[in-house]
Amino acid sequence: MSVQQISLSGRKIEVSNKEMTFLERIYVWTILKGLWTTLKHLFRRKVTIKYPEEVREMSPVARLQHMLMRDEEGKERCTACGLCALSCPAEAITMKAAERNADEKHLYREEKYAEIYEINMLRCIFCGLCEEACPKEAIYLTKSKKIVNSGYEREDFIYGKDKLVMPLDMAIKNTQTNTVN
Amino acid sequence: MDSVFIIEKSVIIFVVFALTMLMAMYSTWAERKVAAFLQDRVGPNRAGWGGLLQPLADGAKLFTKEEFFPNTPNRFLFILGPAIAMSTALITSAVIPWGDKIHVFGRDVLLQATDIDVSILYVFGVLSIGVYGIMIGAWASNNKYSLMSAVRASSQMISYEVAMGLAMISILMMSGSLSLKDITVMQANEGWNIFYQPLAFLIFLICSFAETNRTPFDLAECESELIGGYHTEYSSMKMGFYLFAEYANMFISSTILSVVFLGGYHFPGMAWVNENWGINIGALLGFLTLFAKICFFIFFYMWVRWTIPRFRYDQLMHLGWKILIPLAVINIIITGIVMVLFN
Repeated sequence: MSVQQISLSGRKIEVSNKEMTFLERIYVWTILKGLWTTLKHLFRRKVTIKYPEEVREMSPVARLQHMLMRDEEGKERCTACGLCALSCPAEAITMKAAERNADEKHLYREEKYAEIYEINMLRCIFCGLCEEACPKEAIYLTKSKKIVNSGYEREDFIYGKDKLVMPLDMAIKNTQTNTVN
Repeated sequence: MDSVFIIEKSVIIFVVFALTMLMAMYSTWAERKVAAFLQDRVGPNRAGWGGLLQPLADGAKLFTKEEFFPNTPNRFLFILGPAIAMSTALITSAVIPWGDKIHVFGRDVLLQATDIDVSILYVFGVLSIGVYGIMIGAWASNNKYSLMSAVRASSQMISYEVAMGLAMISILMMSGSLSLKDITVMQANEGWNIFYQPLAFLIFLICSFAETNRTPFDLAECESELIGGYHTEYSSMKMGFYLFAEYANMFISSTILSVVFLGGYHFPGMAWVNENWGINIGALLGFLTLFAKICFFIFFYMWVRWTIPRFRYDQLMHLGWKILIPLAVINIIITGIVMVLFN
């Protein structure tokens, strides 16, 4: 078999400039064939997703709004090491570290924690490099399942810890399911 | 002429007018629905059940839009254009026989606004005035795309009217009358014309596509080449009138196709129904039959729109002058020979 005849997709069609037959030239028959094709589409299943009522399912690995995780005891995992900010190609992440007090042991996992942790969602390109860089498994883009909302002010897109940290009830639920197992 | 006669005719005219408008309105809905279904979509489904209130919403939108006038010296003609298009689309329905006689209030009422002897000539005459609506409006728009559209529309109409008229002549040779009523009655007695004159039917069908400016002959308003064609400069309800006129024209030409070739209000077993169930039921069934035929043709217009791509201008002229007209002439000759040999 020569190279010209190989069809990798299996759908290669040879184009030819052959003379049309009489049936093709009178055009009516070919129109009828076309009408039959379109008529079949009339009864086909529709592909439309009726959006507000039906929502297309997100991929389980879709990278959406970030979430700062808590561990199974509900403590924040982030230690403000700054590797995510360093790895971020869009320079969207900024943070300020602070030392944990003795009475905050139930809040933060290690002695150092992020006092301020901000992501500028307008800069973020949702590449997921922060997730890869994080040594503490503290930041994930796949957990929140939330799309970053639109807004009117640039300032509204700088998300602080109030929006990023995993909600407590979600942490509680995680812990419960883990202990049951 | 008594006053009851005037009332009777007024009622019929009013009903036909309302029906034409309603059909034109819901053709816009059907067009979008059919287009969507043929493309595996669902089409308008928000306004009302299945989007049935969509035409009302569209109408309300068109009414409330800003009236825009281009910088044209022909303001009168600019308004006259859509007016002509709309009125010619509406007055064609006067000669259509919508059904046989009905018997109400002790009178025989003919379900037809007027039964003139030259119905077909009248229809052809009004149809050819219809192109003036496009030409005048486009010329007054002072826009080169509109003008090109008008040139295309008029040459297309003139070319295809010839073939249309010639196709009709073979029908007239068989019926011996220009009245649509007589043609319907003849078909009721002898069988539908489509079986005797399939070639004439095909030519007439193709020409109706051209006359109503529908795809594949929508060169007058092809969006991809001429923006919107003749209604580029129009907005608000004047635009609405053009669009409405197009759909009213579609309705009327479907009606004429049904009346001339598919036996109009005739359905198999009509005589039996008239005898046993009374002529009122027969006329009602006849009207519904005609309506079903019309709806089929309207659907067919939309169906073809999403099947066949637009013709090129030279292909259009080639088809009109070099194929359809000779075929129509040949058809006349064959009809004549057959009539001489077998009668």
